[in-house]
Amino acid sequence: MADLHKFANPNRFVRIARAVLPWSNIVTALLLISGLYLALFNSPADYQHGQSVRIMYVHVPSAWMSMSIYSFLFVASLVALIWRHPLAHLAARAAAPIGAGFTLVTLVTGSLWGKPGWGTWWVWDARLTSVLVLFFLYLGHIALTHAHDNPERGAKAAAILAIVGFVNVPIIKYSVDWWNTLHQGASVIRADGPSIDGSMLTPLLLMSLAFTTYFVSVLLIRIQSEINARKIQALQLSQAAG
Amino acid sequence: MKPKRKRLYLALFGLSALAAAAFLVVTALDESLLYFYTPTQLAERGVATGVNFRLGGIVEEESVAQDGATTQFVITDRQATITVSFDGMLPDLFREGQGVIAEGTLNAQGVFAAHEVLAKHDETYMPKEVADALKEQGVWQEAAPVTQP
Repeated sequence: MADLHKFANPNRFVRIARAVLPWSNIVTALLLISGLYLALFNSPADYQHGQSVRIMYVHVPSAWMSMSIYSFLFVASLVALIWRHPLAHLAARAAAPIGAGFTLVTLVTGSLWGKPGWGTWWVWDARLTSVLVLFFLYLGHIALTHAHDNPERGAKAAAILAIVGFVNVPIIKYSVDWWNTLHQGASVIRADGPSIDGSMLTPLLLMSLAFTTYFVSVLLIRIQSEINARKIQALQLSQAAG
Repeated sequence: MKPKRKRLYLALFGLSALAAAAFLVVTALDESLLYFYTPTQLAERGVATGVNFRLGGIVEEESVAQDGATTQFVITDRQATITVSFDGMLPDLFREGQGVIAEGTLNAQGVFAAHEVLAKHDETYMPKEVADALKEQGVWQEAAPVTQP
């Protein structure tokens, strides 16, 4: 873990974050512009969904983000509890609301797509229900980090929740294979290759990359502001003591 | 043992216990997490008349018949079939050869009286031209099986 601890120094982290941030911002903007252009204006309508297939270009990348950010939360929580890395709790605390946001977008766009596609806004099948559980796990994590007067203890409780809740991630992924669901199976990450036409796969992947670099940008900003908040708190404490 | 190592082993132990617990719960819930039954599963199990449940499968080709507001069609999983009758608005994606989930009860005649019908589409996405070309070349695969065995 010697390598990891190079980043343990908050000042060093802030230096690196400041160097990366302009680039991740630019890349996010470029990916988002090209991805949205292809998704909304320059990709074909689907043979059965028609124009409503365009909801997919926001729905599917959001769903992927909701699960990968939770995996990030899981890893950060493990690192925080086992190696006591000083930035890991901050990273988890910074990532959770972003993940909750992507999960909410997944649920809302899915509902909007479900009405024209399936004929219903919502059903309690295994896929939809497990994603709703993911949303509540994020909310629980956010609540726990703020529940204690002592932020250390709140972070520890939230980390345990994040680790326990991780069992839900493979359940979400495989729910459509293990049980009969209204939600269809995987189109992109599947054993026999994507079952989605190349002209639709390109905007989908561009949007996913855009959402990923967006996450990097917002995460860096949020961790920096968490570090600043801690510094201000320490200053206030030392002033009050002095 | 260094405390760091101890915490690592503790976490690994906790994670394996958690995975085992999740596996047991998921296995135990297996049946009750099914959102619908296929005609084959229904034939294996048998359901009493008047019990509300969901039935899923593919709308059999050339089986849809309209009689006033009532639609009759056959749901198949290519092994077993059940006749469904439904009076209500069908979803836009409802058509022959398309996946469908109906909720309702079996009546005394063995007909499934549905009070709700949802379209279950597959995970294939392509432009209409590509779909037409595939049909023209005769390599089109209509509505893949709705469920895994």
